[in-house]
Amino acid sequence: MSIPAARPSPSDRSAAGNAAANEASPPLLSVEGLRVEFPTRHGTLLALDDVSFTIGPGEVLGVVGESGAGKSLTGAAIIGLLEPPGRIAGGEIRLSGRRLDDLPASAMRKLRGREIGAIFQDPLTSLNPLYTVGRQLVETIREHLPLSGAQARERAIELLNATGIPAAETRIDHYPHQFSGGMRQRVVIALALAADPKLVVADEPTTALDVSIQAQIITLLKTLCREQGTAVMLITHDMGVIAETADRVAVMYAGRIAEIGPVAELIHRPKHPYTIGLMGSIPSVVDERERLTQIDGAMPRLNAIPSGCAFNPRCPQVMPVCRERRPELIDTGSSRAACWLHDASVAGTAAARAASVEDDAAVLREPAKPAEHATASGRPQ
Amino acid sequence: MSAVVTPAGSPSVLEAVGNRPLVEVDGIAKIFDVSAPWLNRVLERKPRLLLHAVDGVSFAIERGETLALVGESGCGKSTVARMLVGLYRPTRGRVSIDGHDLAELSGPAGQALRRRIQMIFQDPYASLNPRWKVADIIAEPIRVHRLLAGEAAIRERVGELLRHVGLAPVDAARFPHQFSGGQRQRISIARALASQAEFLVCDEPTSALDVSVQAQVLNLMRELQKQDRLTYLFISHNLAVVHHVADRVGVMYLGRIVELAPKRTLFATPQHPYTRMLLDAIPDVRMTGRPRTPVAGEVPNPLNPPSGCTFHPRCPHANERCRIEQPVLKHAPGGGRTACHAVEEGRI
Repeated sequence: MSIPAARPSPSDRSAAGNAAANEASPPLLSVEGLRVEFPTRHGTLLALDDVSFTIGPGEVLGVVGESGAGKSLTGAAIIGLLEPPGRIAGGEIRLSGRRLDDLPASAMRKLRGREIGAIFQDPLTSLNPLYTVGRQLVETIREHLPLSGAQARERAIELLNATGIPAAETRIDHYPHQFSGGMRQRVVIALALAADPKLVVADEPTTALDVSIQAQIITLLKTLCREQGTAVMLITHDMGVIAETADRVAVMYAGRIAEIGPVAELIHRPKHPYTIGLMGSIPSVVDERERLTQIDGAMPRLNAIPSGCAFNPRCPQVMPVCRERRPELIDTGSSRAACWLHDASVAGTAAARAASVEDDAAVLREPAKPAEHATASGRPQ
Repeated sequence: MSAVVTPAGSPSVLEAVGNRPLVEVDGIAKIFDVSAPWLNRVLERKPRLLLHAVDGVSFAIERGETLALVGESGCGKSTVARMLVGLYRPTRGRVSIDGHDLAELSGPAGQALRRRIQMIFQDPYASLNPRWKVADIIAEPIRVHRLLAGEAAIRERVGELLRHVGLAPVDAARFPHQFSGGQRQRISIARALASQAEFLVCDEPTSALDVSVQAQVLNLMRELQKQDRLTYLFISHNLAVVHHVADRVGVMYLGRIVELAPKRTLFATPQHPYTRMLLDAIPDVRMTGRPRTPVAGEVPNPLNPPSGCTFHPRCPHANERCRIEQPVLKHAPGGGRTACHAVEEGRI
């Protein structure tokens, strides 16, 4: 199942991938204070506001959030495919130390596919219906790698084999409509990995697929990326997919990162009240609860983002400071959360409140607790 | 739960039951003719193509109970839902609500019966008329069934219904586009309750919603069920959601129910290999880093289903009998029913 490497030393890279946890190794991708805005007739909308994170070599970073949180926009900004009038208004994006956000479109086009691969939600719209998948693969390979037509075709067949497409030698000459949804997504993955990129941005890669196919695609993406040492930015709204795939998770809310940290930490010991609510609102097949945790209200619109912490109108533990000042990401042990509850200097009661946050997290982990804790809004203040 | 389940094609055993369930479905099937037009068939010798969307499905739902149907796309779960509310007429079989056959009743009696059945659709953006105010959307069933006389009484009832689903009476004067997805789904629920329906058919009611909003809608549906003693048929592809809402679960594969069991039995001891596969395949938040066993293969083309048990090409336990003989739902350990030769013979 392994893809033949186009780079001279793939083993070095996978070794680097194993050392992803090592703090000393420089990040593959670093995003620093990224701001994306949309100028409109009614003023400028700030869609991403001061987003910073890093992805190490070979690491899988999950980005979750509800619709409108800005997760897809973050991905689009990284691969340089922001839809106009959207534009990067500040901050910088660096891949292996090289700045991407101010590259001209032509340089970005060369880099896209070669250094950064992309996988989108709908496999049918990411493939050209008029060309055979082989032609599309060969075109991508020859664009980025110095291979002859015959060699490129050979590599295309190997890629299709690696992504688990049966009878790749004949399937290569078929058109996208002749493939099923799951098979098409395999072709898209083959395309994304064709030039052996260092980073793959996968935006909802399994959302359009059935559960049994979803499992196949996730396993495939995971295996291929681990073998090649490719880092993945996995954007999805499905916490289940993240839980099984990602090393670290960033939770986004209203254009900002609310919490970021190792996957197990975020799921079992969430720190930000939004993450706590989000985790509790997901039904699970392993526990049984009378009610799901409910976060009342909805994500604010971009033109009406509340002052202070954007989550404050929905937050069950809101304090006066939350309405006035915006919290930055604060260290809470192994993860970081943008929440005043974790800033000891803010209020005398902050520490006590933080403790009660952890209690609530315990309620979420323990299935059969009385319903009084269950409603976020009904929680005793 | 004294649920009545008849194996596909067998004579009805419903007469024997004293206290009848609210909904009884007996061997319903729906065949769609997807053939090419007549002229093409004659000139190009294309064959007739019949799509067996639903092929002999039977179940019963007690009052106040939630039965969930799960399955992947194309398994026929939505077709079952549509036959239950009368949007499709079954090719064979019978749907009866409270002892009345849905197909036989017409005229005022039919309308009185249909008042008791309502449907909630997947897409809250498409299922509300964008040019109508919420007041008119919710009042429509009241007007159609002449449940209240006088505009003042109707207005008051609409306000009451809006409060019932967690919105405010002033929302009646607004249009659907002024609401978020979750709020729109609340309006759909209010509309369904406006006719004092007892049985709600919910076809993927939360799949278009974000998780936190999904939690709001699922909590609301559960509260309403308790208050009004509603009966639900809940269609979903999301096993975690089904685990949260259902009392009993039916698993569908290519137009047939392959396993029907009380929720706890189904999730604790799944019998049918397809159910086991589905349970293995779902990613779950509370199981990080669990090794999963993805199952090979995809759902076959329903136009040309495999012989015998339709799951046999993907089944690790298939043998000669599975390739030839179609299994029927039979009692399995744990109080459920399974259509599988291997389970019946004790091979798995």
